[in-house]
Amino acid sequence: MKLQQNTRLALYSLLEFAADPERQISAAEIAQKYAVSSHHLAKVLAELSRVGMVQSVRGVGGGYRFVGNARRLTLMDVISRFEEMLPTENTHQQLTPVGQALASVLSEIDEIAKASMSSITLETMLHIAERFHV
Amino acid sequence: MSKIAAPIAPPKRFKKMLSAVAPTQSAESRAETLEIRPVRHSDLDAVIAIDTMVTGLEKRAYWNSLYRRYADAVATGQYFLVAVRGDETIGFAIGEVRDWEFGAPPCGWVFAIDVHPQARLAGAATQLLKAICDNFRQAGVSKVRTMLSRDNTLILSFFRSQGMMIGPFIPLEMDLQA
Repeated sequence: MKLQQNTRLALYSLLEFAADPERQISAAEIAQKYAVSSHHLAKVLAELSRVGMVQSVRGVGGGYRFVGNARRLTLMDVISRFEEMLPTENTHQQLTPVGQALASVLSEIDEIAKASMSSITLETMLHIAERFHV
Repeated sequence: MSKIAAPIAPPKRFKKMLSAVAPTQSAESRAETLEIRPVRHSDLDAVIAIDTMVTGLEKRAYWNSLYRRYADAVATGQYFLVAVRGDETIGFAIGEVRDWEFGAPPCGWVFAIDVHPQARLAGAATQLLKAICDNFRQAGVSKVRTMLSRDNTLILSFFRSQGMMIGPFIPLEMDLQA
């Protein structure tokens, strides 16, 4: 499963916020950490704010903070906000026996990916990330 | 067989976040400790009731068979544990050490674990899994595996939260032609 940049930015940001839910983190700080443009990240954060996963805090020391439930919010909950999850349209090739056989094998992979993404919460991701801390 | 009597408490690190989602509990029930111990015959009705509630299908003969095979079978690497709070059996876990299955070195398999829906989010399943894993370690194995339906997001999430990752095996199946 290849994720678009917006989806990856949303996940990076949410994990930064969820790691320390009391702290307000600015978009600039996250943009610098992940080497992306603040402008691009601002759009992603606006969407996360719109769906109630983060809250924008105005004023000095303002930024964003996590307001979701890290024990319940899964990777799939976030991914489905940013990725097109519709099944691909059937082309002529996909309706042939070989095309259908290939589609059935590819769907196996998709199903496993979906099961993984649906079962990993942000809290679990934070635990996994701890293994990579040096 | 290890015996755990632990107070029901979430990990300190996430305590603040957990407090917002934990089910309402009386001060009395919070104070009760959770005991993990080997199954007794008197637990069986509660175990069957939990499984029936969760799966929607009572399988009394199956559970009686499991009890006969797994109760008092520690010597052969088989463990049937229950979680008890006060005098109420609120959960169970079953596992065993399997040698060279699928060509793999001996490892522990957890093939059943569940907690009464009203007793969840209080650490019982975590304590059950920990106790099973302690037994596996004592039996000399250093790997634990399980397998479940990919639709079972709740239990998948639980095992993921305990640190389990996708293993090296791929389950395969096919319909048998008549």
